[in-house]
Amino acid sequence: MASARRIVSDLRLYGRGYLRNAAGLFFGLIFPVILILIFGAIFSSGFSGTITVYVQNQDTGPISNYFLGNLTKTGTVSLVLVNNSEDFSKYLSAHSASDGIIIPPDFSTNYITDKPVNVTLYGNPSQSSSAIVSGTINGVVNGFNLARAGGSPIIGITQTTANSQVTKYIDFLVPGLVGFSILISPMFSLVNISSEYKRIKLFKQLSLTPLTKIEWLASKVLFYILLSAASFLLMVAVGVIAFGAHFALSLWLIPFLILGPMFFASLGMLVGTVSKSTETASVVGNIITFPMMFLSGTFFPISLMPMYLQYLAHVLPLFYIIDGLNGVMIYSNYAQATIDLIVVLIITVVAFVAAARVFKWRED
Amino acid sequence: MIPVEISSVKKFYGEIKAVDGVSLSVNEGEVFALLGPNGAGKTTLIEILEGLRKRDGGTVKVLGLDPWGNSYVLHRRIGVIPQDFTFFDKANPREALKYYADLFGVSVDPDAILKEVLLDDSTEVLFENLSGGQKQKMGLALALVNSAELLFLDEPTTGLDPNARRAIWDVIRGLKSKGRTVILTTHYLDEAQQLSDRVAIMNHGHIVAMGTSEDIIETHGSGERLEIHGTEELAVYIRANTNLKAEYDGKGMVSIPISQKHDALAALTAVERSGLEWRDLHTRRDSLDDVFVKLVSGRIDEKGEIRVENSSENSRNHRRR
Repeated sequence: MASARRIVSDLRLYGRGYLRNAAGLFFGLIFPVILILIFGAIFSSGFSGTITVYVQNQDTGPISNYFLGNLTKTGTVSLVLVNNSEDFSKYLSAHSASDGIIIPPDFSTNYITDKPVNVTLYGNPSQSSSAIVSGTINGVVNGFNLARAGGSPIIGITQTTANSQVTKYIDFLVPGLVGFSILISPMFSLVNISSEYKRIKLFKQLSLTPLTKIEWLASKVLFYILLSAASFLLMVAVGVIAFGAHFALSLWLIPFLILGPMFFASLGMLVGTVSKSTETASVVGNIITFPMMFLSGTFFPISLMPMYLQYLAHVLPLFYIIDGLNGVMIYSNYAQATIDLIVVLIITVVAFVAAARVFKWRED
Repeated sequence: MIPVEISSVKKFYGEIKAVDGVSLSVNEGEVFALLGPNGAGKTTLIEILEGLRKRDGGTVKVLGLDPWGNSYVLHRRIGVIPQDFTFFDKANPREALKYYADLFGVSVDPDAILKEVLLDDSTEVLFENLSGGQKQKMGLALALVNSAELLFLDEPTTGLDPNARRAIWDVIRGLKSKGRTVILTTHYLDEAQQLSDRVAIMNHGHIVAMGTSEDIIETHGSGERLEIHGTEELAVYIRANTNLKAEYDGKGMVSIPISQKHDALAALTAVERSGLEWRDLHTRRDSLDDVFVKLVSGRIDEKGEIRVENSSENSRNHRRR
């Protein structure tokens, strides 16, 4: 029953209107690029906070626990223990992490019997978090060595690189801001037009034509998919040209770039439709949008946030889109991306069906 | 087939009876005007006919269909200008017509239609920059896209300047000459009189009069009257000395109903005998305006629009809007 001709015609009219609107163009395409330029310039130097460090403790003696206890007391790192059966390097990559330590099996014995022993430190030399981790561990190791009579350097550090690829802040920033633009344009536009068209009775007027509400909604979804694709290409180009960012561009990105705008267009439609007035719609839209804008890993990886905010991030739909984009573009971690994709697919179907049901052309 | 046939149609909003038992039929090729003050229920009734609103009672047949439940089929066969027509701000009239043509799956020449409604000078002006009259003309142009056999024009000329109104009138006359059926709501009496074959006057959800303008004047008007500028004493004198029902309107006018030639003579004789001041004698019949004012107990303002002097009526309008 849906007609491609009507959808395309509505898409053309809406798209042309959008391109004629300077504010829409700015927020849809230019604003995210400006953010990349600003944040890229400010933060390429680094960031602060507690850094998560993964630890595989193969030692069974008492000294290693004491060593890790001292490391925690520094307050700069929080330790996550990894089971000895895991392949540590693969484990780091599966958790999209680059910082980790392996304590060898003979750590306590060697320390007590004055034999030199090395801990292995995983890190990403280009990332400031890794430099902080390295510095912290060096400090604790020195303390241990000095505590011994004579201060002989018994414990050494072997440095190794976690990811095959060197990850920089800009590499995080581009997927984050792609997520940001996937959120902003469809969400704000649909909240606005769905409440405004209801107010000025434009929907009622459209209901007098053969256009159906599903066709109308489909044309909006299509438009924001196209806009997000354009925005994506623009941001990747700016990231690469201005900051030398690099990331993997694979076909895996396509489902995220389709489902993301579809989800937020449907969500915006829902908010705009259930709200009684344009003002309420815009307030509700902002309440939903703003926390997501900052807490979903848009401007920095969520691992830098306090734990309770990290838990909060996991209920924000945008988190799964950005996490998936990070998985594909930065870590080539397709297991993680698959889980994210499933979550995004489910919420998108739910939101689209709900929007199509709640949205009415006319009142009784 | 009779394009529109309805009986005992009701629509209530809580306590408010927006449409309260309306029955009427509109014949093929007819221009039918629905006249009434704001809040009389015209738009609600029209929207029930268009399938935009569900009725609470009565039967409705539009082009042989019950509009509620068949609106998707019906909408391909009717043309509509809704009240307060609006469109996407960033589209121009030519694009709007192309859009509607695509939606209806018809091929039309946008420029020809825009020429027909005298909008060919603004085919590429964005909707947001069109004047009120130009917007209404664009609405009319869109209603023409699907060559509908039945058109609903809900206050198509409200707020327009005289030239724009006349342009829209010409289009409506053109539609009539092509045999289309037009249902028009308006609160301009001259518009109803100029354009329509029949008029229905609506007030408080009821139809209070229906027929040609002449029929309505004949049925509800007070016939011929002699009007004389004079004082209240003159009216009293005439009443005392003849069997004529002379009335003083409080504003220097004495009005005497005349039912036969002899009455006029008797009235003039009495006026002369009274020795009182008088001037400007003339006779007149009730116009549609007079009948209308009588039926809806309102008045017609300087723009020719109907105003009803009733505060509860006004607050009712606000709530509905």
